[in-house]
Amino acid sequence: MAEMVSMKSMRTPRDCFAKLAIYCAALLVCAAFAWILSDIARGGMAHLSLDFVIGSPRDAGRAGGIGSILVSTALVLAIALMAALPLGWTTAALLAEYVSAGSRFGGAVRYSLQVLAAVPSIVFGLFGNAFFSIYLGLGFSILSGGLTLACMLLPILVSTAESGLRAIPDAHRLSAAALGMSRTSTLFRLLLPIAAPSLAAGLLLGIGRAIAETAALLFTSGYVDRTPGSLLDSGRTLAVHIFDLSMNVPGGDAAAYASALVLIAALLLINMVAMRLATDWQRRKIMAENSNGYSNIDAPRA
Amino acid sequence: MIWSRHNILSPSVSVDTLTLWLLRGAAGAAMGVVLLILLFLAIESWPALRHISIERFLTDPSWNPGENLYNLAPMLSGTLYAAAGALLLATPLGIASALFIAYYASPHAASIYRRLVELLAGIPSVVYGFWGLTTLVPLINQLHPPGASLLAGILVLTLMILPTIALTAYAALLAVPGEYMLGATALGLSRWGTIRGVALPAAKTGIAAGVILAAGRAIGETMALLMVTGNVVQNASSLFEPIRTLAANIALEMPYAMNDHRAALFVSGLALMLLVMLLWSIAARLARNGNG
Repeated sequence: MAEMVSMKSMRTPRDCFAKLAIYCAALLVCAAFAWILSDIARGGMAHLSLDFVIGSPRDAGRAGGIGSILVSTALVLAIALMAALPLGWTTAALLAEYVSAGSRFGGAVRYSLQVLAAVPSIVFGLFGNAFFSIYLGLGFSILSGGLTLACMLLPILVSTAESGLRAIPDAHRLSAAALGMSRTSTLFRLLLPIAAPSLAAGLLLGIGRAIAETAALLFTSGYVDRTPGSLLDSGRTLAVHIFDLSMNVPGGDAAAYASALVLIAALLLINMVAMRLATDWQRRKIMAENSNGYSNIDAPRA
Repeated sequence: MIWSRHNILSPSVSVDTLTLWLLRGAAGAAMGVVLLILLFLAIESWPALRHISIERFLTDPSWNPGENLYNLAPMLSGTLYAAAGALLLATPLGIASALFIAYYASPHAASIYRRLVELLAGIPSVVYGFWGLTTLVPLINQLHPPGASLLAGILVLTLMILPTIALTAYAALLAVPGEYMLGATALGLSRWGTIRGVALPAAKTGIAAGVILAAGRAIGETMALLMVTGNVVQNASSLFEPIRTLAANIALEMPYAMNDHRAALFVSGLALMLLVMLLWSIAARLARNGNG
């Protein structure tokens, strides 16, 4: 909008001061970002090597690598996604396609998801410990950590999938109905495939959130740094490993830097791919139905 | 047509109803998670709430679960000081960032800067904490020992909640109707005059909602504060004194807490959750009124 309105700056002192202040603030934020990244990169590069990535931690993590930690992280993540994806996407499909805007059930589901998004991660940790670890008897394990994370991921998966489904033009639904498709097959064969990029973007954001999480995993998946033998074993994720090295292990800083670098690199990569998907999706939406392969639905028959 | 290959030309009502009930079940399960969390927090806090009267959490002489003393007040004050300090710094910076993206930067610079803020939001709290511990704390230590302090907590927390404020404020500024801006230009207002007189007032509820959301995040933040604030249970009287927040207290003591002590930690967790839910409800109401 700002670009459309060409605002002539009248060069009053107050205008100049405001401009200066805003540029300074932006510069400050950039500088802080650069400071953090360069610190982590400089500290991490020195210790990072292939052996570090695939090796097992020795001497409480001071020496050795993070191989077993990466395995635990991947397992926790896999459990979380396997539990959260079906639940999240079906909930999104219901909210976007089946309930009316004023429906009480839809409103209640949406409200509780928004509450869930606001719950602090340490509270998820307490809940996971009380429910999964103790009440369900899973103990400190990959399984209880993953399930706790699944609860955390639900809101983000639902909201991205729901907005993706809502962005599909109604013409698709009407054409499908005119062709006599049932609502179920419309959903599975038409709407979900079209919304795939936004589902994928949400999935990546969820993965990012999950591998960044520490507080919720401290008392659910635990601290044990061996490669887990089963899903009921305790396993330490990368974020917990960084926490433990920097707080509880004197002399663990070098390894912590390198682990932080691995974590940040993974997160930046995931975020960038997610953003790329989201922008592609937006562009496709603007170009409308003609280019996305489903055009034959509303094209006139020759 | 590709479509005729599948058996979709005969819409079967039974499949549709089945799908609907399946979806309803999933949505109900998603809703159940919140209730389950509240239920389990309540069950686990119950022993403490039964033995210990509510006001003792604020009036006991100290926090010493070994001797049955459960004063949460210093932790509560630590949490509020850190959150308030971070909000004080992050709100002007966040709004300035949003203004920069919306009105000052060239489209190219704006998209780069926005991406940077989004990446800042994606950095894990444990990495912020680690950076604070290895970089900020030694710096503050040179200024005024011990370094691990309220100030370190405020600075790290500022960086963590800034993206929330900046991105919600930007969204609120984008939602300001174009006619308003055109009208301001037609009246010959300068750029800052337009922002101060038109854009910010029009976007103020959205911006306020973002600030409240950020406050919720600041109150619930655990790892970063646990790593940089020194974790001494006390009422801080200066920026350079160490503090302990409610969330950090839970993370520190959960591993060895038993019986009433454990229940008292769940009470503080329940308090945190209710506080954040309250803030969130206010933000949601603001956002709704802003749109309506």
